[in-house]
Amino acid sequence: MVEKPHTKWLPFSAWHFLLMPVAILMLVPMVWVVMTSLETLAQTQHFPPILWPGSFQWSNYPRAWSSVPFDTWFINTIIVTTAVVISNLLFCSLAAYGFARIRFFGKSVAYFFLLATLMIPVQVVIIPTFLIVKQLHLINTLGALIVPNLANVFGIFLLTQFFRTLPVELEEAARIDGASRLKVLFRIVLPLSLPALATLAVIQFLWTWNDFLWPLVTIYNPSVYTLQLGLMSFQGSHVNDTNLLMAGNVMSMLPMLILFIAAQRYFVRGIATQGLKG
Amino acid sequence: MFVLPSVLLVALFSIFPVVWGFVLSLQKASLISPNRPFVGADNYTRIASDPVAVKAATNAVIYTFLFVPSSIILALFLAVALNQRIRLIRFYRLAVFIPVAVSTIATGVMFMWVFDANFGIANWTLGRVGLGPFGWFDSPSGAMPSLVIMTIWGWLGFDTIIYLAALQGVPHELAEAAAVDGATRWSTFRTITLPLLGPATLLLVVWSTISAVQLFDEVYFVTKGGPLGATSVPVFYIYKLAFTSSYGFSAAGYAAALAYALFVVILILTLVQFWMGNRVVHYSS
Repeated sequence: MVEKPHTKWLPFSAWHFLLMPVAILMLVPMVWVVMTSLETLAQTQHFPPILWPGSFQWSNYPRAWSSVPFDTWFINTIIVTTAVVISNLLFCSLAAYGFARIRFFGKSVAYFFLLATLMIPVQVVIIPTFLIVKQLHLINTLGALIVPNLANVFGIFLLTQFFRTLPVELEEAARIDGASRLKVLFRIVLPLSLPALATLAVIQFLWTWNDFLWPLVTIYNPSVYTLQLGLMSFQGSHVNDTNLLMAGNVMSMLPMLILFIAAQRYFVRGIATQGLKG
Repeated sequence: MFVLPSVLLVALFSIFPVVWGFVLSLQKASLISPNRPFVGADNYTRIASDPVAVKAATNAVIYTFLFVPSSIILALFLAVALNQRIRLIRFYRLAVFIPVAVSTIATGVMFMWVFDANFGIANWTLGRVGLGPFGWFDSPSGAMPSLVIMTIWGWLGFDTIIYLAALQGVPHELAEAAAVDGATRWSTFRTITLPLLGPATLLLVVWSTISAVQLFDEVYFVTKGGPLGATSVPVFYIYKLAFTSSYGFSAAGYAAALAYALFVVILILTLVQFWMGNRVVHYSS
């Protein structure tokens, strides 16, 4: 590449002048939340704010944890999220394989209708879906959060696109050797699709873990709360215990943050795919 | 049949509710009683004369006009910066992306504290340069801008990731050829990179508008539509009508009509944006 030699007036790139302040602005709220979670109550009510508490009140964490049923809420959220992620991996793989590889009557019409549902805003379906879930006697149970989300169209779309890029020859050879469609899917296609499956899994995990409106509508009983509902009620009951509130907030964010940092690649790919679907 | 389970699930929980939602919008419905008499288009005609609905629509327009352009322009510059090969780039990317992983409620807890009028770090920082103190979420004029800042923090990573993906699809050869021809970096960006980012921009405009019009979590949790209705938005009103005692649980039909009206508005907005966008945006084949 031919490039004009830049006169180096700085020992580092000028982009840092933009990126460093932005990075600080993005991170300061989170860092301050962590700092607050380690302060005494008196320190949180000090102005100017105390940015470095000196001695850390680690005990805020167990106190916050035991002041409300955080353990139940964590378990509920883990159950719902795990069930939804696994069922989506299964149902979306099956459907995507059908759309990508099998000829059947009405296929393109069905696919079009599925994609069209991506346009439907949640508030349009939320009242009727509530009535359906009520008919199924699932209101106020974790089932209300799982059943309507067993399969989603984004996952079908993502996997269909991916399956179409895989070479057919391998599958055809297996079919000639007498393998069933199901066997081909599980033994050949899915092992080749691990990146796409991981992408779907983390995005679905993020959506389900952080979902708020649907649990808000269907769950009333604190013993069935998800983490987001629990965090909301914790905020309501501990408005003035800022240090405990922030400790609870950190605990609620931590699993998702760890997953994000560990699987950043897949999150980024999933979001870029959401961009493609439009 | 491979597709059957998913198709049935989507039919039951997406397509059927869309139809039923329309039927509900023509009824006087409650979520408690199974008795739902038809009232024709009454629910729809009621919208225009309902000051709360009009206020919510106005607030949605204000929020959208504040949120959409600022978040997209910021994301564009950030994506260009994050596409550079410089030191610390992994750290910068993580810092911009990570709010994507934070839930709306956790973001709300965080920003209610950051924007706390008495002890918040925002007022302290701005106070050091002689600004404020501001009331943020507590002030009728400040609540909406505060909401915009908070949601930009939450969504910036998403927009930036989409721009970054698009930027990485821009062929290096084009920029290099322009550089050989003596183009400055800015003019290369303006005449080559920016047009190639057209489809991504159009997508983000459409997508951000759709989600801005449907804002709910942050309003419900942080401002409760207040103060003085300054942040009451359509989905928040729909929720209150259908699912809370504020309207005696009896307004589900009207809520469904509002939801449908909003759906139509979103569809029209999307079509207009695509139509206008396609006159400006050039897709490379």
